[in-house]
Amino acid sequence: MSAPFNRTRRTLIRGGALVFGFSLVPPAARAEFNAMGLPSVTNPKLPGSLKSTPMLDAWIRIAADGAVTVCSGKVELGTGVRTALIQIAAEQLELAPTALRFIAGDTGITPNEGYTAGSHTIADSGTALLHASAQVAALLREGAAAQWRVAPDAVFLRTGRVVAADGRNMDYGAAVAGIKLHRPASATSVLRAPATYRLIGKPVPRLDIPAKVSGGAAYVQDMRLPGMLHARVVRPPRPGARLVAVDIGPAQRMRGVVRAFRDGNYLAVLADDEWCAIQAMHALDASAHWEGGAALPEPSAIHAHLRQLPAQDIVIADRGSAVTTGLRTVQASYTKQYVMHGSIGPSCAVAHLDKGVLTVWTHTQGVFPLRMALAELTGMQPDAVRCIHTEGSGCYGQNGADDVAADAALLACATPGRPVRVQLMRDQENLWEPFSPAMMTSVRAALDPSGAISYWHYQVWSGSHNERPGNAGKLVPAWLLARPFAPSPSKPMPQPEGGGDRNGIPLYEIPNQHIVNHFLPVTPLRSSAMRSLGAHLNVVSIESTMDQLAALAQADPVQFRLRHLQEQPRAQAVIRSAASLFDWGRAPGKAGRGHGFGFAQYKNLMAYVAIAVELQWDRDTGSVRILRVAAASDCGQIVNPDGVRNQLEGGIIQSASWTLFEQLRYGARGIASIDWSSYPIMRFSGVPERLDITLIDQPGEAFLGVAEAAQGPMAAALANALAQASGQRRFALPLLSPPLKA
Amino acid sequence: MSIEVVINGRTRQLQSDPTTPLLYVLRNELQLNGAKFGCGMGQCGACTVILDGQAVFSCVTPLAALRGRSVRTVESLGTASAPGALQAAFIKHQAAQCGYCIAGMIMRGQALLEKIAHPSDEQIRAHMEPSLCRCGTHTRIIAAIREVAHNKAGAA
Repeated sequence: MSAPFNRTRRTLIRGGALVFGFSLVPPAARAEFNAMGLPSVTNPKLPGSLKSTPMLDAWIRIAADGAVTVCSGKVELGTGVRTALIQIAAEQLELAPTALRFIAGDTGITPNEGYTAGSHTIADSGTALLHASAQVAALLREGAAAQWRVAPDAVFLRTGRVVAADGRNMDYGAAVAGIKLHRPASATSVLRAPATYRLIGKPVPRLDIPAKVSGGAAYVQDMRLPGMLHARVVRPPRPGARLVAVDIGPAQRMRGVVRAFRDGNYLAVLADDEWCAIQAMHALDASAHWEGGAALPEPSAIHAHLRQLPAQDIVIADRGSAVTTGLRTVQASYTKQYVMHGSIGPSCAVAHLDKGVLTVWTHTQGVFPLRMALAELTGMQPDAVRCIHTEGSGCYGQNGADDVAADAALLACATPGRPVRVQLMRDQENLWEPFSPAMMTSVRAALDPSGAISYWHYQVWSGSHNERPGNAGKLVPAWLLARPFAPSPSKPMPQPEGGGDRNGIPLYEIPNQHIVNHFLPVTPLRSSAMRSLGAHLNVVSIESTMDQLAALAQADPVQFRLRHLQEQPRAQAVIRSAASLFDWGRAPGKAGRGHGFGFAQYKNLMAYVAIAVELQWDRDTGSVRILRVAAASDCGQIVNPDGVRNQLEGGIIQSASWTLFEQLRYGARGIASIDWSSYPIMRFSGVPERLDITLIDQPGEAFLGVAEAAQGPMAAALANALAQASGQRRFALPLLSPPLKA
Repeated sequence: MSIEVVINGRTRQLQSDPTTPLLYVLRNELQLNGAKFGCGMGQCGACTVILDGQAVFSCVTPLAALRGRSVRTVESLGTASAPGALQAAFIKHQAAQCGYCIAGMIMRGQALLEKIAHPSDEQIRAHMEPSLCRCGTHTRIIAAIREVAHNKAGAA
């Protein structure tokens, strides 16, 4: 962290104005977490997140009355992981999914598992809970057995009771009496045989859906605390714009307004009533005069611009020798525009400063790192800030969640004792969210005389995919204050997971490779994580190249892929399965009809996904109809097959929208994609007419993250299908801009 | 000065300022969670409710326009423990990911089913076009609406 910003502030409330004072800092606390917000590993031998949070009672607590509480640091972002994590814990503990209390993402209660991101939840938290619950189950058996003076293997767990062969039984509270669960986990656990699972691998209905279809309080937007104020903020029209004049008087005097205020370029209003707050926001906005702001390049020039920016060049693969002359080669460049997360619900947070403790209810992906950033922002001690995850609209990565939590924290500090709910408006979410960055790749690949790939030279240029807090300076409101915080420097995310270079290394067996990640620390627009990160464009680039190489080799694209995965039977099985589900190999048989295939193992270490697509291209209008999608996936041991299908379906549809249509509009005057008409996404009319999925279960194998695994392969399959349908290959995303006509 | 509106079958005297969009009246004065804020511009459908039989965007419908009219929200269809037919179909098909758009989806689908007992898939898609889902749950939403349409067909 750079020295000038290594400081904290003390918030003082004086006559309704927000005044900041400075104090020296405890810097060590901020270095506690790595880039993914994780605490340090204390025992690398333990499974999953037990590595950094080894104590069993951090995960599972049993009250004297037998009530079981299960904790996770991974939160529900709309992917169904809450139910899946409960399935895992309830399986080993022999409980019904509804018979345990489950708490996720509360800095006052749960383990710190960093960010809920990167399809890590089941692999990290699920694995921790699998083992922690199995070890607690063993302790329950030992406890009851000791009390009954029988062997532990003579007792078993059944729906919340420990039962002996002779029928004696006791509840879990009695069994665990005298046994401390505050003990480190063991490296190994006695797990139930997968064949005996009652819950894992079963399509248990999601526990949160009934409330969500019936108007239950399900989201942070639905919170109503006694005395709660409604706040709205006014954001600058463009990044870097300065507020040169504003009259807060008219907004302040509006009926129902409790306070309007300014701190530097930061403007907000607080009111008793939400509609009143919105009207006051408009009044404040109308009186604000802004100047300056960063000039943005035109989208058509963005990739040339990226190539000229200072880069950190990181060689991520270097194997074999340089390309030999005389081989048949394929060479191309691929590009992607900035893309928006586009949460249906703009971000929202509630905060309450009460008796010196600031509580923030937030749909952040990382309550612990956010707490550190908010403590720095408000000058409070981290212990005096509690962040409680409360669901929001799906985020798909870093949207405005952390920023609005900072708004709520600042405004709650300005009105001690009164809870404050801040809701961003649609245009605020759109203009200020950290976008998925524009990217560029270049590939040169060669076939040897036998038709196998000999050489692969690949480069990727990308801005940051990780601008999460981090320090307070990663939060938009902190930039706007009279004494602003600057963001800590952007850093590349290392392989094997990578950021812009995620899935930049082909899984295919290629003897000679040279692959470079050009990380661009500073780019024109704020950017951060969006589902699959660089994998979206990297998989398009790789799989488009594979199709071109297959054509050069006069091979079927599926067979050509299989020939380069000879050491990887799971990858082969997934590809064969998707091809079989699709009935791959038949000619499309109609003008404008195209078939395309795409495959990747997410990050080369998570779920395998293969997708075949059939589409119909209209040569006159350039429009595309997706007729059929056939997908296959292997995500290791499946926890909830319907949940996996739902995630794959969602990934396929979301990726189709990104890949065919989506690009942020911007220019010299700033960002123009302020709403859904200036940032169109796929609607019902564009959704695939048929979507079939085959899952390959691997009982007893490790959980492999799946929620972001379909995006790359779907994009690639579309690019390849469109190339076949139209006879013209597109190298720039979105594929249908400008319209592809005959 | 109150405005009389029938909300979910019950006559209510609403006190909010007449310019207030119905969305905020529902969410704040009546403390109903179903209708959601998504865009405030009638572009996404998260706030959809049924007004005199028609699916409308509650975020752009001012209270002043509602005197004597009848509004239904997702809360009128059933509860989590006793869901209505369309809610039950959404649960059966697990037709939600984050779920933020779903109450609006259900109300738009309900309006269709009340008008056309047995809509075709093409009719369902066309009718649902104004509502946005970002998670990609569309095929399950269609399946849930189709299920109720087919059940009705069987009963008819």
